[in-house]
Amino acid sequence: MTRMTFAEAARRALAAEMRRDPLVWALGEDLVQGGIFGQYRGLADEFGTERIVSTPISESTIMGAGLGAALCGTRPVIEMRIADFTLCAMDELVSQIAKVRYMFGGQGRASLVVRMPQGMWRNSAAQHSQCLEAWLTHIPGLVVAAPGTPADAAGLLVAAIRSDDPVVLMEPKNLWTAEGDVPDDVAPIPFGVARHAASGDALTVVTWSATVPVVEQAARESGVACDVFDLRSLWPWDEAAVIASARRTGRLLVVHEAVTVSGFGAEVVARVVEGVGPGGLRGVERLGAPRAPVPFSPALEDAMRISPARVAAAMKRVATT
Amino acid sequence: MSGTSNETARRIAMLRDMARIRAFEREAVAAMRSGEAPGVVHPSIGQEGVAVGVCANLRRADRITSTHRGHGHAIAKGADARAMMLELHGRAGGSCGGKGGSMHIADFAVGMLGANGVVGAGIPIACGAAQAIRLTKEDAIVACFFGDGAVNRGPFLEGMNWAALYRLPVLFVCEDNGFAAFTRNSAVTAGGGPAVRAEACGVPATVVDGEDVLAVDAVAADLIGRIRAGAGPQFLHAKCYRWEGHTGTDAAAYRPAEEAQAARGRDAIRRLAAVLEAEGVAGAEIIGIEAQAAAEMASHRAAALAAPWPDPGAAYTDVQDAGAPA
Ligand SMILES: Cc1ncc(C[n+]2csc(CCOP(=O)(O)OP(=O)(O)O)c2C)c(N)n1
Ligand SMILES: [Mg+2]
Repeated sequence: MTRMTFAEAARRALAAEMRRDPLVWALGEDLVQGGIFGQYRGLADEFGTERIVSTPISESTIMGAGLGAALCGTRPVIEMRIADFTLCAMDELVSQIAKVRYMFGGQGRASLVVRMPQGMWRNSAAQHSQCLEAWLTHIPGLVVAAPGTPADAAGLLVAAIRSDDPVVLMEPKNLWTAEGDVPDDVAPIPFGVARHAASGDALTVVTWSATVPVVEQAARESGVACDVFDLRSLWPWDEAAVIASARRTGRLLVVHEAVTVSGFGAEVVARVVEGVGPGGLRGVERLGAPRAPVPFSPALEDAMRISPARVAAAMKRVATT
Repeated sequence: MSGTSNETARRIAMLRDMARIRAFEREAVAAMRSGEAPGVVHPSIGQEGVAVGVCANLRRADRITSTHRGHGHAIAKGADARAMMLELHGRAGGSCGGKGGSMHIADFAVGMLGANGVVGAGIPIACGAAQAIRLTKEDAIVACFFGDGAVNRGPFLEGMNWAALYRLPVLFVCEDNGFAAFTRNSAVTAGGGPAVRAEACGVPATVVDGEDVLAVDAVAADLIGRIRAGAGPQFLHAKCYRWEGHTGTDAAAYRPAEEAQAARGRDAIRRLAAVLEAEGVAGAEIIGIEAQAAAEMASHRAAALAAPWPDPGAAYTDVQDAGAPA
């Protein structure tokens, strides 16, 4: 184990995969310069500019070229810079990458990774702060993963690169500099297996991505015995573990940074209710963003941010209903 | 055929390919009109010279990307026409097992990376295919077919710049049939058109009469030769005309009948047949080639109607490995 930042863990994992497999390469804006969060720092020196490719600001072609390259046998890592810019490449992701294997009757596969850091970060305002994971979990064909710790950033990236499915990896922008212990030899983390972050009998709490450390802190400080699951991947997701826990605690809280309305928390609650039955829960709540764009001013952004205090309050509410 | 030169034999092969494409699409349109083929087909009848003239210069290892109007590209690249006809009918044994239909035909075995239901979407895919070919040091190029309508989409601009920037081995083929669906494309396109736009991005462009297969063949041979020699992407602006409507059931009432009639007088198949006859190929041989093509495609259509439907369970396969539908 070595202590390092989220960005460094991801950087090392990509480097190790590129050493292991010469068919792995990455393309996106400013990658030769290290990427905007340093997650590609130094890689062009080691692997050259044909495998670490700095591209024009051409999101459709970054995404579409990644697909073409996958169809010809390579394993591209497509960097979207931030999730918001994926919106400029939605046809390529949703109607091309997610569909080719199916439409062509299994003849071709889009074995590639799409990295799209997401969420609030340093007052980036409405067009650079969105959490769009629910959009992509809705699309058949895609695997969607959202790490919340440095170790998972590395392990999920390795799994994504080795996966034959197209994998969307949504790194939380706010956690790039967060530190954690990372195994020296990173193993792939299987999709659909949650990290059981804390054990307790009073309340099941489900979260992922940027709110993982927030929920962990709240669980420690709230005085509520929380059973906390960091989902790590959202499609597939660890329904079995969450449903089993909720059946035991009878109470469920889902916390995410994304807008609550039609957020992935709605899916989690619905599946848990289907699993435990209509009378199986005594308390349930979703804690997410209001249905409003993310504002600029720190005073306004903080008003919308999921804080440990807000999560702890929700934990107490749901545990005592 | 004994006594013919290699060049004549090559031209006869081009005639056969064009005749096969036309016969395939005549059957496809009839099947769509009768309802036997569900969904939509977009016939390329009248445009066969472009697909055949380009693909005559491609090898099996070369890749192509195609469009919603892609039967001709697929057949010219060597795709299995019987499997294609089954696919149009939604049957088991179709190119994609009945999951794609006319707009999503692919035949990876011959480097046909897929038709595409989204205008212009093949351009970025072709760029990436070429990048992979370079990375793996494969000896191959990519031909990317798209219509004149695609030049008004963003991926066209992105792709031209991208291919030129990385000097990728791609031949861009703009099949300019004058129309984007029901609209005359010149009515919605400003500036100098496809070739001028490509050149503005640094991709050298050549304009060719797409209704003259030998002209397409000659220009494609030259451009593909340059690409193989490492000259980077080239652009072929092939002018042609769509004889039929946008789809098999569109009467194309938005254009003068005389215009479509005039295009029939420039038929790439008849023009090549005339050249071959002047070279001494017997008229009977040409008639035989066309009759054989018609018989082949009629038999594929009959086979399609007799073929079983896909197993309903196939609707849930090949979605994804992790998190596949339960
Ligand atoms: C992005 C997108 N917009 C609209 C359509 C609907 N559409 C299908 S074909 C077509 C016309 C395309 O014209 P062109 O590129 O010239 O190809 P052609 O049909 O003439 O072969 C349109 C508008 C589409 N498939 N994709
Ligand atoms: Mg057109």
